[in-house]
Amino acid sequence: MSAMQLYTIVGAAIFLLALHGLLMTTDSIRRLIAVNLMGAGTFLIMIALAARISPPDPVLHALVVTGLVVAISATALALRLITSAAIAQHSQDSENKGDGDLSEDVKP
Amino acid sequence: MTFELMPDIILSTLLLLMAWGALYAPTRHDAMALFVAFGLVVALIWARLGAPDLALAEAAIGAGLTGVLLLQAARLLPAESASTEHRPLWFRSSLLFLLVTTAMFASMILNNNSLQLAGSGISANVTADSASLPEMVAAAMGDSGVGHPVTAVLLNFRAWDTLLELLVLLLALTGVRQLYPGVNRNQQAVANTIEQTWPLLLAWARFLAPLLVLTGGYLLWRGADGAGGAFQAGAMLAAAAVILRLTGLLPGLSWSSLLLRLAVNIGALVFLSVALATLMFGDGWLVYPVQWAGALIVAIEVFATLSIAVTLSLLVVGEPEELSA
Repeated sequence: MSAMQLYTIVGAAIFLLALHGLLMTTDSIRRLIAVNLMGAGTFLIMIALAARISPPDPVLHALVVTGLVVAISATALALRLITSAAIAQHSQDSENKGDGDLSEDVKP
Repeated sequence: MTFELMPDIILSTLLLLMAWGALYAPTRHDAMALFVAFGLVVALIWARLGAPDLALAEAAIGAGLTGVLLLQAARLLPAESASTEHRPLWFRSSLLFLLVTTAMFASMILNNNSLQLAGSGISANVTADSASLPEMVAAAMGDSGVGHPVTAVLLNFRAWDTLLELLVLLLALTGVRQLYPGVNRNQQAVANTIEQTWPLLLAWARFLAPLLVLTGGYLLWRGADGAGGAFQAGAMLAAAAVILRLTGLLPGLSWSSLLLRLAVNIGALVFLSVALATLMFGDGWLVYPVQWAGALIVAIEVFATLSIAVTLSLLVVGEPEELSA
């Protein structure tokens, strides 16, 4: 077994593990982390495949470089969507309760 | 099992443990911390696999900037409600399925000879009609205008992809800006900077930020002939800007400033005008004239670095007052 083969297997394992996490968790932040981990597994496979020849395959490296930047911009947008949705939900809840805010403060 | 594989096995085990922790750690903050650590281990592995510049970019983007983004979002969100393991039977059975699938992948990879064929250099198995992509890149390097194959692929052979990728960054920033007006300003008004920055953090920021700028500049300058390039350099500069912003050393930038808007857009603008110029006066869309290719690529890279750095730092630490329309 070479390092290339080891990391290809690890990349596939991380992709599958993260897919499992994406399906089994309910928290949106954890789901976003799972999607990011799936991306990381894919990148790891690509870099491992690029290392089959020396010098490493430039096409795969170029794809990973662009992929990294696209991944963070997608993550930033997704996090903004998540927080906006949570804050909108929160303000809607407090509006629906009307003047019940005080009692809510007392309860916990 | 040879001895020289030991570091790789240790790194792989660490990586799998951290991936598990980032998904199923008991609290959300543990999960985030482990995700950041995961990014650093990935960077180490990439450095081992012959991609040091990608490793730097992954450490800056995957671990640093994503970590900042996640922690900021967690501060605004309510606490996690449901526990993750409320269906133990499903959880275990799907985990078993996962193990079986991974084992199948592993046996396929270990028994597939085509993965191991190209072990000894490019020219070992060149045949006339079945040239692989690396061989085609190596053959076309002379006309690309730069000496580093990754840069040649990014900004010459597959320049279309890179142009669209800059537009994706702009699109993401636009999307983030669109979402601000709906946000309750009172809750958003929490300043991004840490109110009372620790002296140690401040000292480290003053020490790290110039080093990061230096590394970014070096990666950009080196990108034409060696490992490096616009994206890696942009990521370094963005990391420096985020560190300075979080410690309060850098004042908040205002979206109304023409300079900032120009900096965000100039990468895509320069790239598009080069593409239009080659379409009208040259041989076609993004087909550079051979004698100009080097200069054009370096010019595009410089402006793209600026745009990438500013866009990434705005995506991570941009405040509503700065970004709202």
